[in-house]
Amino acid sequence: MMQRISALLSHACRMVARNGVSLAAVGIVTLLLCLALVGPMLTAYPPYVTDLANVLSPPGRLHWFGTDQLGRDVLSRVVASARIDLFVAVCAVAASFTVGVGIGGLAGYLGGAFDLWTSRVAEMVQVFPLFVLAMALVAALGNDLRNVVLATAIVNLPFYIRLARVEVGVLSTQLFVEAARVAGNGDARIISGVLLPNVMPNLMIQLSVNLGWAILNAASLSFIGLGIRPPTAEWGIMVAEGATQAMAGHWWLIVFPGFALALAVFAFNLLGDALRDMFDIRSR
Amino acid sequence: MFAALPTQAHARLVRHRMLFLKEIPMGLVNFLLRRLLAAIPTVGALVVATFVIMRVLPGDPAIFFASSPVPTAEETAYVRQKLGLDRSVPEQLLIYLKDIGSADLGMSFTTGRPVLTELRERLPASLELATVALILALTVSIPLGVAAAIWSGSLFDHAARIISSIGVSMPTFVTGLILTYVFFLWLGLAPEPVDRIDMFITAPPRITGFLLIDSTLSGDWAALQSAAGRLVLPSVTMAIFVLSPLTRMTRSAMLGVLSSDFVRTARAMGLSDRTVYVRYAFRNALLPVLTTMGIVFSTMLGSNVLVERVFGWPGIGSFALNALVASDYAPVQGFVLLMGLLLIGINLAIDVAYGLADPRARRAS
Repeated sequence: MMQRISALLSHACRMVARNGVSLAAVGIVTLLLCLALVGPMLTAYPPYVTDLANVLSPPGRLHWFGTDQLGRDVLSRVVASARIDLFVAVCAVAASFTVGVGIGGLAGYLGGAFDLWTSRVAEMVQVFPLFVLAMALVAALGNDLRNVVLATAIVNLPFYIRLARVEVGVLSTQLFVEAARVAGNGDARIISGVLLPNVMPNLMIQLSVNLGWAILNAASLSFIGLGIRPPTAEWGIMVAEGATQAMAGHWWLIVFPGFALALAVFAFNLLGDALRDMFDIRSR
Repeated sequence: MFAALPTQAHARLVRHRMLFLKEIPMGLVNFLLRRLLAAIPTVGALVVATFVIMRVLPGDPAIFFASSPVPTAEETAYVRQKLGLDRSVPEQLLIYLKDIGSADLGMSFTTGRPVLTELRERLPASLELATVALILALTVSIPLGVAAAIWSGSLFDHAARIISSIGVSMPTFVTGLILTYVFFLWLGLAPEPVDRIDMFITAPPRITGFLLIDSTLSGDWAALQSAAGRLVLPSVTMAIFVLSPLTRMTRSAMLGVLSSDFVRTARAMGLSDRTVYVRYAFRNALLPVLTTMGIVFSTMLGSNVLVERVFGWPGIGSFALNALVASDYAPVQGFVLLMGLLLIGINLAIDVAYGLADPRARRAS
């Protein structure tokens, strides 16, 4: 086991070093995580304190990203947003990953009526535009942070169910699984010891791409006024609030939070690509 | 040998193909029927789901619809009875089914008009935007994906990959706002981001509801120009977002085809690169791309809500959004229902197109 892990790690390091793009992705994601953890301590201004003597000042020496219509420092607010958006994304993806892989894995392993029904329901949900579904769910469940997480998780669920189902379904017919069964292992042991470790790599790739999507989803919801509410510092809200100001020439109110959001999504997408290169045995 | 077929043989081949199309084989009819039947439970589930969404939405509609600000108990009871809310849930579901059957989606109290009328008037605006954006995205992403596959591993391939991942990472609302800032406010090239047509230009008479088609049909060039101008930024915004999945799909489909035996054979027979790529590889690579169209269209309709918001586009997305913010739920219900039906229809059409193009797909799945 240790040997396998160290082999995998050295392979990962080789891939990262060889591939500048992957290196950049890992770098940006690390930076984002650090910002989310300690960022608010590093910024010069508190993100919620208004300064009416200093409204809408363009980016400069004192305020690197400028100030908004209430004189709040845009840089501090952009940094403070990282925490809330990443928090929503991580919680939602973790929830849908756990539940989805559980249900999908069981469906793939058991087959039969359970498999049929879960796949049918998952397919039906997936016909919908995910964003519209999330919108309707947040409206139905109530307009707060917890429900944004919940809606994002539910909308994502069918995706993991189908993925885990296919992966487990393909694997269960393989000889080494049969061998494990013949050797006297029970269902629980086959699932946890044989099947799950083998489907994990493919699921991890999706996890990263999905985190990017979840950030985008949460920010889009708050952009249209659902979920996270002002005055919370959040990228989507900042862009929505800045939209009218920007049309009066104050471009920094949309450009900085907008690009921060895009950068976060881009980094997770890129990381997904890098992981695919790393774990996909065919491309080694 | 393949490159220049003798004309007579070619003509025979064409005739043969036409005959094949004329007498529709039984397998195809079966396939179409099966697909249609399979869509019925999905539609049923959709209708029930919209009903359930309405049930769980917060707030008592009876209090909402009562006329006075502080309704008395009798008043709410009356409204409740009028709306059928005093019946049991299965009974309410039956009433709902009957309403849908008679094309009654309720009233929007923010606009004071029937939801169906609103949706019917606004749907062409959304579809026109989505269609133009899709055409735009396809004309860029298919050549890009094909080129990336032909020169796979090259600098061009990497560049295409990075550019398209940037596109999918840009939130549509940010792209839209930045494009507006640059092209409307800064350069003054684009019209202001409000509505589908200039307010000083009379819209062409409504024939299809698609402004581009209507103004062309009535020969109103000023309206055509204005409508086309207003379409540019929103459709570009939307196209950028779906560029990446389309490019990737085209690239990987093309790569798969290029490594297949028949392409190798075609090459071995000395056919030119052009013939191999265009006539043999490209046609076959288009099929997998067709299957992703359902997802792409679905993504587009979802992002429609955001794009319509940014550009003040009078489509169904902005209608549903305004209603949602005002807790006006009948339009939201109608919107979700319409969206679902639209996507079921599109997926059906894609399945059928796939079945027509590839006989292997007609087998029971």
